[in-house]
Amino acid sequence: MNCIIIDDEQTARAIISQLCSETNDLNVVEEFSNALQAIKYLNQHEIDLIFLDIHMPDFTGFDFIETLKKPPKIILTTSDDHFAIQAFEYECIVDYLLKPVTPERFKKAIHKVAGEINILNNKDGVQNFDSNSAHDLYVNIDRRLIKIDIQKICLVEAKGDYINIKTETDSFRVHSSLKKIKEKLPEQLFVKVHRSFIINIEKIIDIEDNSVLINKDVIPVSRSNRSDLMKRLNLL
Amino acid sequence: MEQPNISYIQSMSGGDKNFEKKLLDIIKLEFPTEIQAYYNSMRIKNFNDASEIVHKIKHKISILGLEENYRDAKAFEHGLRKGDVALQSNFETTLMIITDFLKNFK
Repeated sequence: MNCIIIDDEQTARAIISQLCSETNDLNVVEEFSNALQAIKYLNQHEIDLIFLDIHMPDFTGFDFIETLKKPPKIILTTSDDHFAIQAFEYECIVDYLLKPVTPERFKKAIHKVAGEINILNNKDGVQNFDSNSAHDLYVNIDRRLIKIDIQKICLVEAKGDYINIKTETDSFRVHSSLKKIKEKLPEQLFVKVHRSFIINIEKIIDIEDNSVLINKDVIPVSRSNRSDLMKRLNLL
Repeated sequence: MEQPNISYIQSMSGGDKNFEKKLLDIIKLEFPTEIQAYYNSMRIKNFNDASEIVHKIKHKISILGLEENYRDAKAFEHGLRKGDVALQSNFETTLMIITDFLKNFK
């Protein structure tokens, strides 16, 4: 993997560079003390990974990402933990390393990147990730990736900037949207019944007028979504 | 009072003495410049710029194992953004401790 390091602090660049040198197949091709130099470089070179400091004068790491048409994988490096939620809004951001970066944490981040790049490289092959055949969904909660068995999801409810994913036994509050999770759930199992609800049709207990009962929750069904729901049912 | 140490640097050098020296040399090079920039900003009461420099310096504070001072620096950095200088002397004491450490470290 070819990578570049962007950080206005030379000490930070030296640390990341050292950690990269101890990692197989990770090659630092350039280091930049500011984002503008890096943008020029990226216009002419293709790379796999960027180690990016968020907190830089004049041009933040997020500003930098916004300028890239097709950003490579990015690992953020920062001394501040309060950017984490914003960071996970960008698909290209794979991990978020707090300074000073430890070798153990660095290795974990590289494993994540390697995994993601493998998925991308296999897109035309048999290992292509397909939400319709996936069994599990990983959600980010307090910077931990928690595995949820998709079959066990009863419903998903949108609440502001968050969604609640309810299984028969648990509830997970995740910073995401109904639109995003819908793309990750198998279409044959899940249906949107209301602007704030997606339900698992196998978990329906009964349907009454404009609501469905799932587990102990009564979920509203909007007029516009009702016909979609009815088409999916095995009606007698 | 906490004293600087190179435990973190050693933990990530994997015993590579050349790297340990290289990193300390970089810190010795960057740190005085950052201190100067910090005092300049404070002198003209440009607390936003001062806070940016404290942000950089606090990384070095953590690299040198000063955990309590790091927490104070973080609070000072955030305070400065609101013009709060309550932790100034505390922070400047840390700067002196690190300067002495780097001066005496061979």
